[in-house]
Amino acid sequence: MAQWNPFEEMEMLRREVDKAFEGFGGRQEPSRRVAFLPGSSPRRYPLVNLFEEKDKIYVEALTPGIDPESLNVDIMHNRLTLSGEKIRITPDVKPEAFHRSERASGKFVRTVELPVEVDEQGIRAEYKNGVLLVSLPKAEKAKPKQISVKVA
Amino acid sequence: MAEKTVATNGQNQNAPSREGTRSQERYVTPPVDIYETAGGLVVKADLPGVEKENLDLQVENNLLTIRAKPTHTSAGESVYREYELVNFFRQFELNEKVDQSKISADLKHGVLTLQLPKAEEVKPRKIEVRVE
Repeated sequence: MAQWNPFEEMEMLRREVDKAFEGFGGRQEPSRRVAFLPGSSPRRYPLVNLFEEKDKIYVEALTPGIDPESLNVDIMHNRLTLSGEKIRITPDVKPEAFHRSERASGKFVRTVELPVEVDEQGIRAEYKNGVLLVSLPKAEKAKPKQISVKVA
Repeated sequence: MAEKTVATNGQNQNAPSREGTRSQERYVTPPVDIYETAGGLVVKADLPGVEKENLDLQVENNLLTIRAKPTHTSAGESVYREYELVNFFRQFELNEKVDQSKISADLKHGVLTLQLPKAEEVKPRKIEVRVE
């Protein structure tokens, strides 16, 4: 049986409310919808999406312009930590040469708690077109199992 | 370089608008960095999830249009969502100091880099003084 976790419930409520107001986005300026700008939500970078399959979990993070060498994916039980560094524009560009500077840069760390236990050996991470894709096979005990019912 | 995506009150009235906003298609404006070098302007835009084939760059009537469609598809069922990959769209007005025939573009790791070279006549020129 799952334990009742009030914080999780609160988080769920928040998401529900967010979803309910999503439709009213028409008045929003398009620039405000630049979802992956660290500047507008400094607490959460990169933004992540979670997908689930029968025996796998997928974590996708929006990380354009990251030096692939600096990307790190760590797993500790069901905590997935993504870290890396967004490349700065060549330092020899003087600040006064900038007309616009909207893309943030620098180091980041983000930890995502996964809904299930995963098999740490089978984790694969791929960086493609500025999106980080992590696929995590579920641990044996977390996979759904079918129990056949015997008729006596 | 003037921003053209968001029309400001009154000033940009005669700027070509996005083709009549025909569809109710959703789009986001990608964040950009624009800086000047000796040779011209450099524009960098974050376009995650976009393949080269789905990036459409146009220059028409001194208007630079960046249009991109992320093609990334995810496996499985969505359980938690913080972002949505929708189309990118942004426009900038170029002035005559940019040599429009020599604009070059490069897409790497979801970042578009545009090189907008200055036209020859506006490049700083060194004039040699001859002493006789």
